[in-house]
Amino acid sequence: MTAPAAAPARPSRAGQAVRALRRVPLLVWIFLLIPLVVELFWVFWPAANSFSLSLTRWDGITPAEPVGLGNFADLWDDPIFTRALQNNVIWAIGFGGLSVAGGLGLAVALNKPGPLVGLYRSAIYLPMVVSLAVTGLFWRVMYAPEGPINAALGVVGLDALRNQWLADPDLALYAVLIAAVWRQCGYIMVLYLAGLKSCDASLEEAAAVDGASAWQRFWKIVMPQLKGVNMVVFAVTVIDSLRTFDIVWAMTRGGPYNMTQLLSTYMFQQAFTLGNLGYASAIAVVIFVLAIGFIITYLARQARAEED
Amino acid sequence: MTASATGTRPLMRKPKPARSPWLHVGMIPLTLLWLSPIVFVVFVAIRPFDDLAARGLGALPISFSWEGFSTAFEGGGLMRALGNSIIVTAVGVVLSLALSACAAYALSRFAIPGRKTILLAMLAGNLLPPQILLVPVSAITESVGIYDTLTALIVVQVGFGIGFYTFVLHGFMRGLPNEVFEAARIDGAGAGRIFWKIVLPLSRPSLAALAALATTWIFNDLIWAMTVLRTEARFPITAALLNLMGGYSSAWNVIAAGSLVAAIPTAIVFFAFQKQFVSGLLVGSNK
Repeated sequence: MTAPAAAPARPSRAGQAVRALRRVPLLVWIFLLIPLVVELFWVFWPAANSFSLSLTRWDGITPAEPVGLGNFADLWDDPIFTRALQNNVIWAIGFGGLSVAGGLGLAVALNKPGPLVGLYRSAIYLPMVVSLAVTGLFWRVMYAPEGPINAALGVVGLDALRNQWLADPDLALYAVLIAAVWRQCGYIMVLYLAGLKSCDASLEEAAAVDGASAWQRFWKIVMPQLKGVNMVVFAVTVIDSLRTFDIVWAMTRGGPYNMTQLLSTYMFQQAFTLGNLGYASAIAVVIFVLAIGFIITYLARQARAEED
Repeated sequence: MTASATGTRPLMRKPKPARSPWLHVGMIPLTLLWLSPIVFVVFVAIRPFDDLAARGLGALPISFSWEGFSTAFEGGGLMRALGNSIIVTAVGVVLSLALSACAAYALSRFAIPGRKTILLAMLAGNLLPPQILLVPVSAITESVGIYDTLTALIVVQVGFGIGFYTFVLHGFMRGLPNEVFEAARIDGAGAGRIFWKIVLPLSRPSLAALAALATTWIFNDLIWAMTVLRTEARFPITAALLNLMGGYSSAWNVIAAGSLVAAIPTAIVFFAFQKQFVSGLLVGSNK
């Protein structure tokens, strides 16, 4: 019943399986099967369906019409799709880079306990509990033409920098990105704080005794020990970037002129605003293909962690 | 998985000497800057509309009014939306954790063939980009006859979350000491009884962490609500807020007040369960 690995190796694999089946009580099979069936029906079955839908033209009412790889060929020539893809790359790099730099920097600064440190940490975490949609609304207030950001720029005499942040096609994507980073930094900081806690402090002390500077100690002693966290952060960030939807939808809906369109928002718009369900599924498949490598990286790490 | 992160290494070293004041010189302004969007939204929410129109959104409040809140509640139907969100979140969290705990128990304590593969496949389901599910999920809810109901939203949230919660609970349950199970079995307890009397009570810390996390996830969701719901009266608060913004696009105090109302429940969960919340975020990243 417990630890099956501890059972002595048996010659026949099939026999072993049968015996295992009998050893597991029926109730336990039910325990496993109900959640499994729920997930199969609501996750894996729809996911499989998206692939077949991506090969059709479908408006949701009349029967789907098979078009082979036609949707993908259309995507290739679709300037909005190309823009969305490009924006997603900018997003992954900007969102990932800034939130990792911010989160790691804050984690290092706030690693050791001290007066006020708990307060600083809570302040940095706080945006994380605000939903992405509400974060978007908060920052719409900040970016409003007569809003706090423009007002503050006016107060310090930088009137030249005042902008219509969310209406300017060149700035809007970055304006949304800053809002997303504001929310993400806390999460990355939590991950790195835990990583730093599990670092061996004596190594750093030894290096300090040997005369290594704080900068050297960080890069040569601490960073290598954070390899695992880095991997997780990297995978999580890319997966998150490809999923990003709420904040863009709340702030710009992909506008102005599709300049803040990401793959996810364009997919949603095609599916539920325009009703091009086949074409939208093709975009979803592209998102999946881009994400799968990182999903596997993350899973492989979890599988290894399961073993020890 | 998380429990092991704390208190493993007894710290025998003396406390560090006092740190330089530079930390505070940097952190105090940064913290204030960090909180400024929240502070400004509060300012905008409590200012009367006339004052906003006259002096702009960036000005500091000189008068106080509940106008934004009352309009958001009356005209925007925020109360109903908040109710919908709370129903979906409460039922969703309980159902997901119940099902996940069952699956995790089966996978962690029994010789289920291929259990590692099953576990990782379940986790993989949670990592999929939701976009790959949206169109078929919307079609499936329609064919099952639950499209545009809160049931659909709950079921979808549960289905999508289960993989992750199962994975985390499995990691925890696997670490429970074998002796407890041996003793219970010698006393003649069956699998169900052991689950109810021993495994669930012992798993309370990780269940709490996941509950805190799941509450914020489900409460904060927007995309699933937009996928399976159409009628405004059934919208949870996130989706209702975006609608509100369409109706009151220039009444910033209403929008700000509505956003605060949507943010407060999760903020309460956060402050009440900060420890569980943070440990919840760490699960799955195992150091």
